Amino acid sequence: MVKDLIVILFSAILVDNFVLSKFMGICPFLGVSKKLDSAIGMSVAVIFVMLMATAATWPIYSYLLAPNGMDYMQTVVFILVIAALVQLVEMILKKFVPVLHASLGIYLPLITTNCAVLGVTVLNISEEYGFVESMVNSLGAGIGFMLAMVLFCGVRMRIANSKISENFQGIPITLIAASIVSMSFMGFGGLIENMIK
Amino acid sequence: MSNKNNKLKILLNGIIKENPVLVLVLGTCPTLATSTSVLNGVGMGIAATFVLVCSNIVISALKKAIPDKVRIPCYIVLIAGFVTVVQLLMEAFTKSLYDTLGIFIPLIVVNCIILGRAEMFANKNSVVDSALDGIGMGIGFTLALAAMGTIREIFGAGTWCGIQILPSAIDPISIMTMAPGGFFAFGCIIALVNKLTKGKAIKKKSMACAGCPSAAACQSAEKEGC
Repeated sequence: MVKDLIVILFSAILVDNFVLSKFMGICPFLGVSKKLDSAIGMSVAVIFVMLMATAATWPIYSYLLAPNGMDYMQTVVFILVIAALVQLVEMILKKFVPVLHASLGIYLPLITTNCAVLGVTVLNISEEYGFVESMVNSLGAGIGFMLAMVLFCGVRMRIANSKISENFQGIPITLIAASIVSMSFMGFGGLIENMIK
Repeated sequence: MSNKNNKLKILLNGIIKENPVLVLVLGTCPTLATSTSVLNGVGMGIAATFVLVCSNIVISALKKAIPDKVRIPCYIVLIAGFVTVVQLLMEAFTKSLYDTLGIFIPLIVVNCIILGRAEMFANKNSVVDSALDGIGMGIGFTLALAAMGTIREIFGAGTWCGIQILPSAIDPISIMTMAPGGFFAFGCIIALVNKLTKGKAIKKKSMACAGCPSAAACQSAEKEGC
């Protein structure tokens, strides 16, 4: 059981990294990775919302939608739950934990339209994970997002100081750098098979 | 006559001048993930176009009825409804495409192009104009995906729409159909667009931010634009 969970966790962080191999959450990955502070702030907010969203959507699907044959409502219900949850979390943080709100607050509204959050909740259902497995998978996806953001932030700092051909400035060189970072993550491919052995 | 020209302009705007993927750089996630082959890309493009046209029409028809403060949640619910329609239709009629695109069909909901057009165009313009804008943007999205798919499929598998193009003696560069190839091909295409438009596209990047519903938050997060 514990071994299964560890496999899920590490495959979500390294092998099936959400940003670099599943292409989810590319917008914040490209947009908010210029500075280390904002990259970390955004990632912590994503981990937080992913865990909350999974904790809310998994029971809703398993105990409310699936038994009543309403599983086709999944997309509508999930996006509404996530949007409401993000608003609620923002209000609660603002009222009770202003310190945390000051550092995470600005990233929270961005997360509603982050496909990684909706993606991980839908994926947990389609992979037929149980509640604990879903939570571990979400944690792994969030940590994987953070890892990719922080690593890529370092790469972008180097790019900012180099001389780039005119047409490649801005988005193109960022994408090509992302391609190389993604290639390095392909090296984790055989990790899980060897870990089970 | 000038009215007719105007309508044509709205339609062409999305295809060339403000191509959502190549110029505005919106909707990057589905672009990278579903352009592994031409057919997948076109399938995704058509699905998104359907949602975009429907949501544009309904949102512009309801623009007076939706209160300004809760407009974003309203848009999201409408879009999610249309996405569910597409999802059910695709499951019934194009099962193999449905299985390949998988999770990216429900993720059309959070595609920035759709919410962006609702916010930037549909809630300010008439129903007909919004429908045309939806069609133009949708075609632009589909063409961009097809272009990406063409490059990745020819280099990565040696085929185009399943037809063998490169002689089988040449080994295809299979990494092009995998994740790094997606980033690489997209980066090169945008660089090419930049060259063709002589840097005008880079300046238009700020417009992409205006179309994004979370632009304000993003800007305060980044202080120097998106």
